[in-house]
Amino acid sequence: MPVAYIPRTRELYADYNNPYRWVTNDSAPWTPLRKPIAECKVALISSGGIMYRDQPRFHREDASYRRIPKDATRADLNIWHFGYPTRDAQQDPNCVFPWERLKELEREKVIGALSDPCFSFMGGIYSARKVRDELAPQIADDLKRAHVDAFYLVPA
Amino acid sequence: MTSALDITQAVKPPRAVFLNFPLGHQTGKPNQPDLQRQIVKDAMRAFETIARPGTIVELPYVWDPNDRTWETRDYTKGWMPERPSKEEADREEAERRARYAK
Repeated sequence: MPVAYIPRTRELYADYNNPYRWVTNDSAPWTPLRKPIAECKVALISSGGIMYRDQPRFHREDASYRRIPKDATRADLNIWHFGYPTRDAQQDPNCVFPWERLKELEREKVIGALSDPCFSFMGGIYSARKVRDELAPQIADDLKRAHVDAFYLVPA
Repeated sequence: MTSALDITQAVKPPRAVFLNFPLGHQTGKPNQPDLQRQIVKDAMRAFETIARPGTIVELPYVWDPNDRTWETRDYTKGWMPERPSKEEADREEAERRARYAK
């Protein structure tokens, strides 16, 4: 059975002054894919809190993001996130940031290309406004400049 | 990609692929590249197969067929491992930055 995260979040935050409020949308936006995925430039975005080498560490309420070169090695990557147990992802970032797998799929021509750089932010951001008005538009600008055809968002 | 079905149903992204794994493993288990590759490949395929906005494709992989207790334990009070103290965290951060300094 899938975990019921909405009621469990309510319980976890029951002692706070404000009740936890959810983003709910009435409909899903849609942009059709205009060519086969094997011809698409795909961007990877992970909310797992991945940092490349000496990039600044994330902190609570942080709505900034990091650009991570696709040729990064495991030793280049570190993780900071307060909202999930990061032990496994520290050991193998592909658990939440599957950049090595996407590079393999690029070589096998399952996707056209993995866009460079990849992106990560720390998804424990309580302000939906900050995400909508600050974080998302900046990443969207990066994606447009890189002419990506699709983006793959991996939460953590 | 998602491991939180109810949140994804509320947020309604254009296309989603659901994997019923514990948080922190949305694209698989550590050091299991074959499983990771299959999950990511399934997700890439979903870009082509999903035709209706808001569709959520469910993947068949099971975290542990012999133990589903994580589903009742995870994300409840006290489930997170204890965090390092501020001093410890600051020391780790200084070490991390120093490691990469030219």
